[in-house]
Amino acid sequence: MSTYSAPLKDMQFVLNELAELDQVAKLPGCEEVTPDLVEAILDEANKFASGVLAPLNRAGDEIGAQWADKAVTMPKGFKEAYLQFVENGWPALSCEPEHGGQGLPKTISVAVQEMWKAANMAFSLCPMLTMGAVEALELVGTDEQKATYLPKMISGEWTGTMNLTEPQAGSDLAAVRTRAVPQEDGTYRVFGQKIFITYGDHDMAENTIHLVLARTPDAPEGVKGISLFVVPKFLVNADGSLGERNDAWCVSIEHKLGIHASPTCVLAFGDSGGAVGTLVGKENEGLKYMFVMMNAARFAVGLEGLAIAERAYQKAVVYARDRVQGRAIEGSSGSVAIIRHPDVRRMLMLMRTQVEAMRALAYVVAAATDMALRHPDAAERARQQAFVDLMIPVVKGWLTETGNDVATLGIQVHGGMGYIEETGAAQFFRDARITTIYEGTTGIQAMDLIGRKIAREGGTTLKMVIARMKQTQGELANHANPDLAAIAAELEQGIAALARAADYIVATYGKDVRAVAAGAVPFLLLMGIVSGGWMMARAARVAHDKASAGDGDPFYPAKIVSARFYAEHVLTAAAGLAKEVVQGGASALALDEAMF
Amino acid sequence: MKVLVPIKRVVDFNVKVRVKADGSGIDLANVKMAMNPFDEIAVEEAVRQKEAGVVTEVVAVSCGVAACQETLRTALALGADRGVLVETDAELQPLAVAKLLKAIVGKEAPQLVILGKQAIDDDANQTGQMLAALLGWSQATFASKVVIDAAAGHVTVTREIDGGLETLELKLPAVVTTDLRLNEPRYATLPNIMKAKKKPLETLKPEDLGVDVSPRLTTLKVVEPPKRTAGVRVADVAQLIDKLKNEAKVIP
Repeated sequence: MSTYSAPLKDMQFVLNELAELDQVAKLPGCEEVTPDLVEAILDEANKFASGVLAPLNRAGDEIGAQWADKAVTMPKGFKEAYLQFVENGWPALSCEPEHGGQGLPKTISVAVQEMWKAANMAFSLCPMLTMGAVEALELVGTDEQKATYLPKMISGEWTGTMNLTEPQAGSDLAAVRTRAVPQEDGTYRVFGQKIFITYGDHDMAENTIHLVLARTPDAPEGVKGISLFVVPKFLVNADGSLGERNDAWCVSIEHKLGIHASPTCVLAFGDSGGAVGTLVGKENEGLKYMFVMMNAARFAVGLEGLAIAERAYQKAVVYARDRVQGRAIEGSSGSVAIIRHPDVRRMLMLMRTQVEAMRALAYVVAAATDMALRHPDAAERARQQAFVDLMIPVVKGWLTETGNDVATLGIQVHGGMGYIEETGAAQFFRDARITTIYEGTTGIQAMDLIGRKIAREGGTTLKMVIARMKQTQGELANHANPDLAAIAAELEQGIAALARAADYIVATYGKDVRAVAAGAVPFLLLMGIVSGGWMMARAARVAHDKASAGDGDPFYPAKIVSARFYAEHVLTAAAGLAKEVVQGGASALALDEAMF
Repeated sequence: MKVLVPIKRVVDFNVKVRVKADGSGIDLANVKMAMNPFDEIAVEEAVRQKEAGVVTEVVAVSCGVAACQETLRTALALGADRGVLVETDAELQPLAVAKLLKAIVGKEAPQLVILGKQAIDDDANQTGQMLAALLGWSQATFASKVVIDAAAGHVTVTREIDGGLETLELKLPAVVTTDLRLNEPRYATLPNIMKAKKKPLETLKPEDLGVDVSPRLTTLKVVEPPKRTAGVRVADVAQLIDKLKNEAKVIP
């Protein structure tokens, strides 16, 4: 059986040295965040993730969520695990204290969420979607809606869903057709069908609170006529007890490539007279609210890429140590474990170092999110928010694309056994595959990055980030430690490539947007790779300083090895990607459509 | 009634321990530490007795370096009410710990001391027994079931012994050591982890308790167990018997 143990050491290192948790702890409302508390939380979360969630991952994949008679039954063990998850208070970690949350910063919840996702990605989607619904209600819910739903959703007793997609409205939500008809009592009756609703129905909680995008009768066409409604599975009585079953039913679930334990539902609203719902926020502003929540959702999916990659890496290392096959290329007295073979070693290093780079970037962006939310100085909040906005599509796009690459490598390390389901490496590959698709495909992330986040402001924020990268690079250039100097040399090339591509985008977006758009994904990957290189360079610097100061922890020299490998094996792709962006647009679009 | 739960900070059970190059002991530098699993069972038992209304206060105590505070916080997160750290950098052997605990018992006056039957680092299996002897209290080791009757002033303990189970009735106050099957420790809840920070934790020194903790035993050498060597294929049964007799010397 595949086991999982959170990489606590690297998590702590990234939190303390790169994400600067001590700065986060100075923010208003974060006074409780002391290093010993963080250590205790990560320790206990790891126990829960490895002891309760990870052992269910395989069975969840094999059995999957089951649908019959308009209801979903979860795989054996999931309900018990979820109840324990709720009882132990984990759903409330980062929620506002007003309705029962613990109010801990995102910088801590990011590490804890990585554990849930790595241990059991299909399970983790339930609390993640609930969190999205909680944020929507916190943002624009009426006092009555907040009082009715938030305490039980924050505790996890009730779960939440986000109902956006319809058969004809996927990436383009302007095409939403679900109707909401106002009633005399102030409520609405909702009619329509929603698809791809994660945890749209299940048996782990007594109520499910659906947030639904729909149109009122006289709403304008397109994106400006979409409103947000809250539609509970069971209506809630005035005293908080559960009332009638609402007219919102799961009429089927999808048969998917991965995340089998996560029920992906088709929900039918109003087949028998109308589902009772209430308006959330203002009429016709539904999509605007969705965009506010989108950063958090996209960030969370990015974390899935990181988490699956970590899990795939752990599994590959165990196998490579255990599997004895072939003699060492330099000669050996007998067969050796495959971890001794240089190419297997290279693959493991690719997995390991990209995981480290992804984690560093994700946690640093999480810390910036806390700064943007809580810093007392408005200018600093704005500066941090600009960094977060720029980086969200990179975290979503690059972490998930890389997560897929790492899961593929995980299978490759296993050889033929990796292609066999019983080994377990294939599940990570299948589970990871959705991450580059949902919450906006990589293509959509890349368009957001080059358009809204770069071209629209003439690349101002990106230039500031590049300046910070150059500062790190400058501190390492010609360093007495040859590893750091080598890292600096590669980082310099990478930053130059990023700057070239960024200049091209800013200069060309207005003139030849199709050519720029054809290079959007290569640019996103370029930015991810160079940002990762920047983080690894910072990590190497800290590791060098710690080791020089006499700390004998073998973690530090290993971190420097990781950073150098990343510089020489991953960062080196930057120049090629920049060429794709700057020169490749025309050839991508040259072929006549009829020739396909 | 008050229960005292002594806990020990040990190398985490997931860690593969390494012997120091000079053979003087185990390399503890940069190694993940955790609460001794048998002591976790003891904490769980005390907390369950409190939840059942039998026990009124659970005091966790640990002897050792300053970092034992973290282990005490874990016990507080699991439900202990307060912690006591007897802080010392000295090497502590079971007798020294038993003497420190005796002094703590003198201060705290618990009716019951419940602790792990042994620690997974040195496997000594001595502290509980020594403590009972020093106090002159009843003792029941390797407990798999504990039923306290505070009104009657006794505790009934089911023990795991070679032949099966043995049930003893002890007069309180008493010392009980826990075995693996007594209970399954809970996972700490997030609110309790947060609350643990605010629970009282008192720090004492061995001198404050008037206890001399100097070691009575000297560690001569610590070595790794011998590596398993490759097997050999024997030609026939006769050769196997011969090897078992003359090489392995496992049959006469």
